[in-house]
Amino acid sequence: MNTFLSDPNAQAVVAGVMLLGASAGLTGTFTLVRKRALLGDAIAHAMLPGVCLAFLLTGQKNPAWLLLGALVSGWLSLLSMDFIARHSKLKPDTAIAIVLSTFFGLGIVLLTYIQHSGYGDQAGLDKFLFGKAASLTIQDVLVFGWVAAFIVGVVLVFFRAFRMLAFDFDFAAAAGMPVRLLEFVLATITVLVVATGIQAVGVVLMAALLITPAAAARFWTDRLWSMAGLSALLGSTAGLFGVGISALAPAMPTGPWVVVWLSVAAAVSALAAPRRGILARSALRRRNARKMERENVLKAFYQLQEANPLQLTAFSKEDIQERGYFRYSILRKTLARLRRLGLVEVVSQLRWQLTDKGLGESRRVVRLHRLWELYLSHKLGMADDHIHDSAEAIEHLLTPDMEKRLLEELCYPARDPHQSEIPYDDPLRSQNTAL
Amino acid sequence: MNAFWIILTGTLVATSSGLLGAFLLLRKMSMLGDAISHAVLPGIVIAYLVAGSREPLPMLLGAAGFGVLATVLIEMLYRKARLQSDAAIGVTFTGLFALGIILISAFAGQVDLDLDCVLFGEIAYVPIDVWITPSGLNLGPRAVWILGGLLVLLLLLLGLGYKGLVITTFQAEYAAALGVSVSFWHYLLMSAVSVTTVVSFEVVGAMLVVAFMVVPPATAFLLTNKLQHMLALTVLLGLGTALGGYCLAAWLDASIAGAMSVVAGAFFLLALLLAPRTGYRHQLWQR
Amino acid sequence: MADIAVEAHNLTVSYHHKPVLWDVDFQLPQGSLIGIVGPNGSGKTTLLKSIMGLVQPDSGYVEIFGKPLEQVRARVSYVPQRESVDWDFPISVREVVEMGRYRPGRLLRRLDSTDKAIVRQSIARVGLEAFADQQIAQLSGGQQQRVFIARALAQQADLYLMDEPFAGVDATSERAILQLLAEMKVAGKTVVMVHHDLQTVQEYFDWVLLLNTRLVACGPVSSAFTEDNLRQAYGGQLTILSKVAHLVEEHDFPVRDRSKKQRT
Repeated sequence: MNTFLSDPNAQAVVAGVMLLGASAGLTGTFTLVRKRALLGDAIAHAMLPGVCLAFLLTGQKNPAWLLLGALVSGWLSLLSMDFIARHSKLKPDTAIAIVLSTFFGLGIVLLTYIQHSGYGDQAGLDKFLFGKAASLTIQDVLVFGWVAAFIVGVVLVFFRAFRMLAFDFDFAAAAGMPVRLLEFVLATITVLVVATGIQAVGVVLMAALLITPAAAARFWTDRLWSMAGLSALLGSTAGLFGVGISALAPAMPTGPWVVVWLSVAAAVSALAAPRRGILARSALRRRNARKMERENVLKAFYQLQEANPLQLTAFSKEDIQERGYFRYSILRKTLARLRRLGLVEVVSQLRWQLTDKGLGESRRVVRLHRLWELYLSHKLGMADDHIHDSAEAIEHLLTPDMEKRLLEELCYPARDPHQSEIPYDDPLRSQNTAL
Repeated sequence: MNAFWIILTGTLVATSSGLLGAFLLLRKMSMLGDAISHAVLPGIVIAYLVAGSREPLPMLLGAAGFGVLATVLIEMLYRKARLQSDAAIGVTFTGLFALGIILISAFAGQVDLDLDCVLFGEIAYVPIDVWITPSGLNLGPRAVWILGGLLVLLLLLLGLGYKGLVITTFQAEYAAALGVSVSFWHYLLMSAVSVTTVVSFEVVGAMLVVAFMVVPPATAFLLTNKLQHMLALTVLLGLGTALGGYCLAAWLDASIAGAMSVVAGAFFLLALLLAPRTGYRHQLWQR
Repeated sequence: MADIAVEAHNLTVSYHHKPVLWDVDFQLPQGSLIGIVGPNGSGKTTLLKSIMGLVQPDSGYVEIFGKPLEQVRARVSYVPQRESVDWDFPISVREVVEMGRYRPGRLLRRLDSTDKAIVRQSIARVGLEAFADQQIAQLSGGQQQRVFIARALAQQADLYLMDEPFAGVDATSERAILQLLAEMKVAGKTVVMVHHDLQTVQEYFDWVLLLNTRLVACGPVSSAFTEDNLRQAYGGQLTILSKVAHLVEEHDFPVRDRSKKQRT
């Protein structure tokens, strides 16, 4: 690895692929949020005929001519998709698929024609199919660098405008923004990034360079700025990783490893990202369930105390279970948790009672339950025998802020629709006790 | 004779892919065929490694397994992870395809699979691989029998399931209101697409399957507004495409699969520009 | 109210984890024309879909003619919003109406002559005989709407659930649909319709259901369609209720506590 990184050619490859990954990640952010993720796939495939025609016309493999050919046919493919979607009853996804297979078929015809008709210098044209990241030259990398710098510059300059375009096209148009021009600029940088990218990873995998970093980044943030930055970062680390693998195991192709790295990043993001990740969402649901269990047990204590003529405060598990209809295993675990939180304590002979803190909490839950019942009854006009089930769930959700609003809207009521007393921490809070 | 077998093979693939493709198009899922045809690559490589040779059955199983895996992954990314559907498709098929290439590179010594071949197929070699009975009777190319069998199965499916497919495609919500299981027909169609892709793919390569799945149905869609006519036209266009593609390839000495895609595209372009009532020329005329 | 067509009991429904209907309770009488009225986003379409079993409620249930939907599905027909299909679909008016004769268990069977006669009749009743073999894209908005109604008629149901059949409809089609509704009422059918034009409620319906994520009122037009109820339905959503709905969505919180053992 050390010897590898001291080789100037290898350094160039690393730099080139990283720059490429970053610019693709940046551009891909916009194609993704504009719901045109698969456009890049079609453009990439559509560049093959351009490359072959450039070779046929010039008779040489001058990278500049080939790049120009790729750009022209990439652009033509975009125009064709646009034309089909605009002037026929076909939907955009079909337009993408048609252009992709037709252009690519033409590319294959031209490529095989060239191969079979014995052009001397043709070897290596098929690098455009599968990429040649490992054998990039300084010259290639210089091109990547310029292209990447240009793309980053354009994105920085037009960021706000692109965001507006992506968020609400009609609004942007109505607000007098030059939407056609902006679309043209965005399309141009997409074509540019694809034209450079296919030389590294090939036409089939180019789509991943645009889509996957942006899709992975989407899980971590809701803001376009940070999404674009993260996506660019992911793209460049993928480049580094791919080149590194190829250096360690020369038989290994760079492009596919870049894509596998990106796919793993996307899978990890989908699973583990905070808030939007699958695990985070199931953890949230689990926390909700725990909270409900805890508060239900506290509420059962309160109701036992309330119904108890002897004003006992300590109860057995069986009492609590009977009162709250808990599953025994859940009750046992929940009591242990509440004890650790200092909300309940064991007194004697397997009897449990609320601590002062626990009493306050249980009162709060009962208060919220009864407030919500009252709200449903008064403001929604619901029948008194239909409000309990809703309150059983919503009592666990209401925040202190919502509680305050409810109290104000209901004027600090004393009793719920079933004539049970609404408990306050400070008894004087209830203003209309007389009611 | 070779030309006949190649054109027949092309037509068989065009018919099976096109008939299913018509329903994919109407369901706005045209890119799914493309995605599945790429995503099955690791399945083929693994099957090859396990079986140790290019036996068709293991390959078919491996590929079908990964075809289903791809649809499930796309569905999961879309539903569970709430990723937008086009990105879910893109992430899945590129990831699996990359995995396939890596497997080929890693086991280069043991796997005699050429990437070119996977993508562009070997339709030119179809006539060579003939099926000879133990008594020595030459029954013609094996591929033709396999693809013919597949087509018969598909025609049976479409014939029996026509109403179910049409109603769930036209308006899933109404079908559900009648009590028709929307997801049953969805997965039935997806399985048919997977199997068709995989079977045809072995013979003609991924690219041609995708081209046949999308382009002839789209052309037919522009030319008619009756579903039965659209399906019939798709088959006719498939025949024309196979024939024209073979001639073009022979003339240029170029890839047959590529030439067939080009001819399919040419038919589409003609329809797009000249179709009665809906074509571009007509639109200009109206203006 | 002896004969009940639809009864909803404590129905709570969420869309993308956000409650859009809160504990809705109502009974709708048989043989009437019933309008579901409320502002945009008040859950009208969701209510219709939950009656039709197309969305799963978080709590509560719906009974149709006193039975669960599965037992009476053949007696219910659904007319979705016009925007819910792609009108470029290559299919003729007749083929769409024929779908009304499809049944889950009979999808493999061909339609018989009775079915065909019913389809012809249904097309005639909405006045589209001349268009029977036309492709649906060639019809006007109002005609397209009539195709959906013909399909529902072909089902020969007793209860019709229609989602805004008057939206974007020309005067001829509106008259045709109104005429049909009158005939259906005479034949003892029940029609439940999402409707957004307050001007015509009194003219079109016998019964009205006012909705704004919660049930505001449900009853005969004369008693339920009052200024006070309208103010409640259209005077904006209740602040606390919509904030709670937002909290439910944000915290992915269940709107029913299912942790406990079922009470008996």
